[in-house]
Amino acid sequence: MILDIRNLEVCVNDIKIINNLNLKIKKGEIHAIMGPNGSGKSTLSKVIAGHPNYSVVAGDILFEEESILDLEPETRSHIGIFLAFQYPIEIPGVSNEDFLRLSYNANKKFNNAKEVDPIEFFTIVTEKLQLVEMDSTFLTRNVNEGFSGGEKKRNEILQMALLDSKLSILDETDSGLDIDALRTISSGINNFMTKEKSIILITHYQRLLDYIKPDYIHVMQKGKIIKTGNSEFAKELEIKGYEWLNK
Amino acid sequence: MNKNLNSLINEPYKYGFSTKIDKETINKGLNENIIRLLSQKKEEPEFMLNFRLKAFKIWKQFTVPNWAQLKVPEIEYQDIVYYSAPKLKEKIKSLDEVDPEILKTFEKLGISLTEQKRLTNVAVDAVFDSVSVGTTYQTELKEQGVIFCSLSEAVKDYPNLIEKFLGTVVPIGDNYFSALNSAVFTDGSFCYIPKNVRCPLDLSTYFRINDQQSGQFERTLIIAEENSYVSYLEGCTAPQYDKNQLHAAVVELIAFDNAEIKYSTVQNWYSGNKDGVGGIYNFVTKRGICSGDNSKISWTQVETGSSITWKYPSCILLGDNSKGEFYSVALTNNFQQADTGSKMVHIGINTNSRIVSKGISTGNSKNSYRGLVNINRKANNSRNYSQCDSLLIGNKSNANTFPFISVHNSTSKVEHEASTSKIGEDQIFYFLQRGISIENAIGLMISGFCKDVFSELPLEFAAEADKLLTLKLEGSIG
Repeated sequence: MILDIRNLEVCVNDIKIINNLNLKIKKGEIHAIMGPNGSGKSTLSKVIAGHPNYSVVAGDILFEEESILDLEPETRSHIGIFLAFQYPIEIPGVSNEDFLRLSYNANKKFNNAKEVDPIEFFTIVTEKLQLVEMDSTFLTRNVNEGFSGGEKKRNEILQMALLDSKLSILDETDSGLDIDALRTISSGINNFMTKEKSIILITHYQRLLDYIKPDYIHVMQKGKIIKTGNSEFAKELEIKGYEWLNK
Repeated sequence: MNKNLNSLINEPYKYGFSTKIDKETINKGLNENIIRLLSQKKEEPEFMLNFRLKAFKIWKQFTVPNWAQLKVPEIEYQDIVYYSAPKLKEKIKSLDEVDPEILKTFEKLGISLTEQKRLTNVAVDAVFDSVSVGTTYQTELKEQGVIFCSLSEAVKDYPNLIEKFLGTVVPIGDNYFSALNSAVFTDGSFCYIPKNVRCPLDLSTYFRINDQQSGQFERTLIIAEENSYVSYLEGCTAPQYDKNQLHAAVVELIAFDNAEIKYSTVQNWYSGNKDGVGGIYNFVTKRGICSGDNSKISWTQVETGSSITWKYPSCILLGDNSKGEFYSVALTNNFQQADTGSKMVHIGINTNSRIVSKGISTGNSKNSYRGLVNINRKANNSRNYSQCDSLLIGNKSNANTFPFISVHNSTSKVEHEASTSKIGEDQIFYFLQRGISIENAIGLMISGFCKDVFSELPLEFAAEADKLLTLKLEGSIG
């Protein structure tokens, strides 16, 4: 089991956002989480990544059978949890290359692997750039600054590939993408995926699931998973919406 | 996250130790007799005493300036000691004879004055409280005709130069603090670069306030004759006391035809504790005149210390085609207040100036940029470019920009850009999620923000400045 969420309850400013949520993900699985706005999907992704604004009031999150609730966000990253942000953050004055290298090396250092110098890193990152069809000018620009919506999302996928994370949570990575960009990013994700990895896709739209086949689809509502189905389930949702699930 | 940020930016001041030495002080208080006594202690010629007495008269007529965006508690001028010097047994012949305690102090600050360990590419004048305790490489510089010594020595050894130039760029009556300084200044550095000489070493003065009650009033004068070049560095620290100390300096630069002066400061006076108790009041008048054609003066400053900073390094561009530059990083934390910026006065034709100011405010601090660009009627084809960026960390700090632009010439061009940004929790979380520690995250963002200014600093200073900001902003988090 890569991720095991047990009876999770999460509050922000004393308001309960996630309520008794359970989710189990095995190695090699892709899970999609769908659901109406405000159902707690993004909150769930941030809680797994350790965002300090959310407090876990009950339950537990196990990553590879061990609780991660006491781990700092950077440690969660080091052990292999990656969050692709819905709105990737702009960092003025910091070049994408420096940022990526620092991130890569911090990860290597934690895992007692050799850190790389800028020249070695350039070789590594250039190979990964092809995965998202970007050229090396992408590296000299400041992190996400002035990036188009599509470029920001590609940058997230690039980072995921670079860090080779075990569990990747993609928070609405498909939103705001045109068809071509969606295709590029989807193929990047598919190429990244192996039997050793796991992915959580948070999305509103069925169209992403045309490119990436999930093993399970969960519907989240009012902070809990109310229904789970297979990849065909998405089509049903696309036609019927979420309302009928309440009946 | 806020807790992390706080522990991070509240790294204790590293240079807060004080040194126990035998010292010679005169009674506190300020009056004509004190000034006469001070002048006599320093064995000054008559013109110097008259200069001081005139300044004192003018100072008494001034009122404290209150136009800056600063809350300055009333300073009790009669409660300050105006002269405090380490006691010397007799006149020392070499730096190795300086009181070992003082040498140790400077070593601790990373500045070695002794023959064996001194820096190889920088000549250092070390000022301890009111006097210069020694200057390295004096002989070597003299071979090139470069004079680099304490101002007190210069008053005795080169009275003609001092009488001719002192107070010509910053007149005695320029402002309240320049008048005060002119009356009671104790020491500082004097540099004279003769015609056609490119000063082979960077010249540097390191100021250390040690005594608890004394004020520091230093004065620096740099003269670059035709076709000469000098790079000058200034560093400052002070021990940690609960009482505020006053520092009111005057710096004058003069560049003749084709001469260039590059003046860099890393200011790290004690800034008070986290509740705003103690720290240095730093009221400084720095001004350079590009008096010759094609001359250039460049100010680069990294301001991280002091409880209050009031400082506007300026250039008067008198010579045709002359150039003035001002690059500044000012960081304020806790209850620090800074009102700093630059003045560029264009008088000659084709004069060019550039202002790049970066303010970083965190804690409850206040950080203001205040600048003046004045293009005179005859300054045809002059240009100014100003860029003022503010960076806020946290929710309680404050950043202001007050640019004054006054153009009286229709062939000139003035540009001003300003921006304000914030290091937000979301940015920090983004770094953390990518496995990058909060120290590295903030360090990287700050370096990125200050890049344009740090690239102007001399190499060894750039590293120091980066370290200093890192120290002020980073630390281990629990």
